[in-house]
Amino acid sequence: MSTENAFLIGDGMTGGYGKSGPDILHDCTIAVNKGEIAVIVGPNGAGKSTAMKATFGMLNLRQGSVRLDGRDITDLTPQARVAAGMGFVPQTSNIFTSMTVEENLEMGAFIRRDDFRDTIAQIYDLFPILKEKRNQAAGELSGGQRQQVAVGRALMTQPKVLLLDEPTAGVSPIVMDELFDRIIEVARTGISILMVEQNARQALEIADKGYVLVTGRNAHTGTGKDLLADPEVRQSFLGG
Amino acid sequence: MDFLNALVVLSNFVLIPAVAYGSQLALGALGVTLIYGILRFSNFAHGDTMAFGTMIVVLVTYLFQSWGISLGPLPTALLALPFGILGCMLLVLFTDRAVYRFYRQQKAKPVVLVIVSMGVMFIMNGLVRFIIGPNDQRFADGERFIISVREFKQLTGLSEGLAIRTTQGITVVTALVVVTLLFWFLNRTRTGKSMRAYSDNEDLALLSGINPERVVLYTWLIVAALATVAGTLYGLDKTFKPFTYFQLLLPIFAAAIVGGLGNPLGAIAGGFVIAFSEVTITYAWKKVLKYLLPENLEPSSLMQLISTDYKFAVSFAILVIVLLFKPTGLFKGKSV
Repeated sequence: MSTENAFLIGDGMTGGYGKSGPDILHDCTIAVNKGEIAVIVGPNGAGKSTAMKATFGMLNLRQGSVRLDGRDITDLTPQARVAAGMGFVPQTSNIFTSMTVEENLEMGAFIRRDDFRDTIAQIYDLFPILKEKRNQAAGELSGGQRQQVAVGRALMTQPKVLLLDEPTAGVSPIVMDELFDRIIEVARTGISILMVEQNARQALEIADKGYVLVTGRNAHTGTGKDLLADPEVRQSFLGG
Repeated sequence: MDFLNALVVLSNFVLIPAVAYGSQLALGALGVTLIYGILRFSNFAHGDTMAFGTMIVVLVTYLFQSWGISLGPLPTALLALPFGILGCMLLVLFTDRAVYRFYRQQKAKPVVLVIVSMGVMFIMNGLVRFIIGPNDQRFADGERFIISVREFKQLTGLSEGLAIRTTQGITVVTALVVVTLLFWFLNRTRTGKSMRAYSDNEDLALLSGINPERVVLYTWLIVAALATVAGTLYGLDKTFKPFTYFQLLLPIFAAAIVGGLGNPLGAIAGGFVIAFSEVTITYAWKKVLKYLLPENLEPSSLMQLISTDYKFAVSFAILVIVLLFKPTGLFKGKSV
């Protein structure tokens, strides 16, 4: 699949955590086009989250590069990448539990010095439940609502690409469907989405592009539909 | 009438002193809890930080007094307070640069920082004694009473009197103003919110672009101000003696832990819980009971549970009880 005009691309990434940690990724390439949804799936320990974190500068790359909109950002810190237009939603501890929903959004916009009330209004349009609970402590919300706060916080910097680390971990199937709907809506506003998912089948159904990783290597790459139809992928990861 | 008299005695000897003492403890505990919540260690040097700030206030007060500057009925120390706060800020910022920052960069464990803060405590302790000496300093001046026992008796015709000292009034008013300002800052301003965010979830705060060094800087500035105000109020109410401030560490920590370490609201509640327990348990209840009980039941003893010499035992006991049954404190703080 062509990745030449990808909006965000981690190209041939090799590396691991820390200065001397063992390599977890081996020549792994992940890319997402503008306004599209790319999904990383694979078995446990395949390095899915690691691959995504690598594009966000959270581990040392020994080889390969990361480019955002054509600009090489391999040497930028995660904070600098946020300023450059990337948003990241960690899998756990992704909200300020003791602060209200609105304060969580305000903290997401911390690096912005302009008026961000419009952005808050947009996020309330996207996640109406958050508007209802705006003055409630985020830690008191349900799992699905907390994930919406987490995504909302990351959207406050108006990123061009959003990284989601297992956004549906630990939520019920109904809430999961709703979250996926919201994620599609976010993508429709022109934001590229790179997402790691355990629920491979549902995730591939909404994905424009899918990456199956095995032991830190690209095993299969294709459109979501292709991968779902690929008998080998079905056999090994989707339970037939 | 008897009931009113009992109430007046109770207010005079228990309620008013406990409210004043509680306000002082609350301000001290707020400082401890902010350091714990944001810098993530128990600052044993807090008592001596209070002593240092108060020392500067005392020295500047003496200077003003020698110049003949006064605030009329109010203590001159209020005028000297800003200088004390400034001096204390310089000291804690210097300490942070010289000591704590090194350990922060090493990502030292909290227990290491606690021991480091004990070292800082001894140095500050020595510094204060070196500059002002180990003796008692009385620096309260101005009007002594808002209302004296004699005035109160004349006013009400009761046989028992009630006195409110100026320092007690100032303590409560100042504490209210300071706490209101602090909560406004933490809940309403961008910087205050970023401090809460950093305390809540350090990694996510970094991810949101919050600069930890700035958060640490503001925390120290606020803590220095709180410590100086608390120390000055305590010194005005009693006297300033460096060793007493070192001893204050215990009730202050008890207050912060009872309320829930890291929780500002808890620090205030904890301050009053400790103060009221200390005062009520060490108070001789005979006089109050004399008015409330029928004559033949009048107690012959002082009805004092324990001597005031053991008042620190009260803080200890409460501390242990809370840690046993509610380790995170009355208001959910971080577990210790």
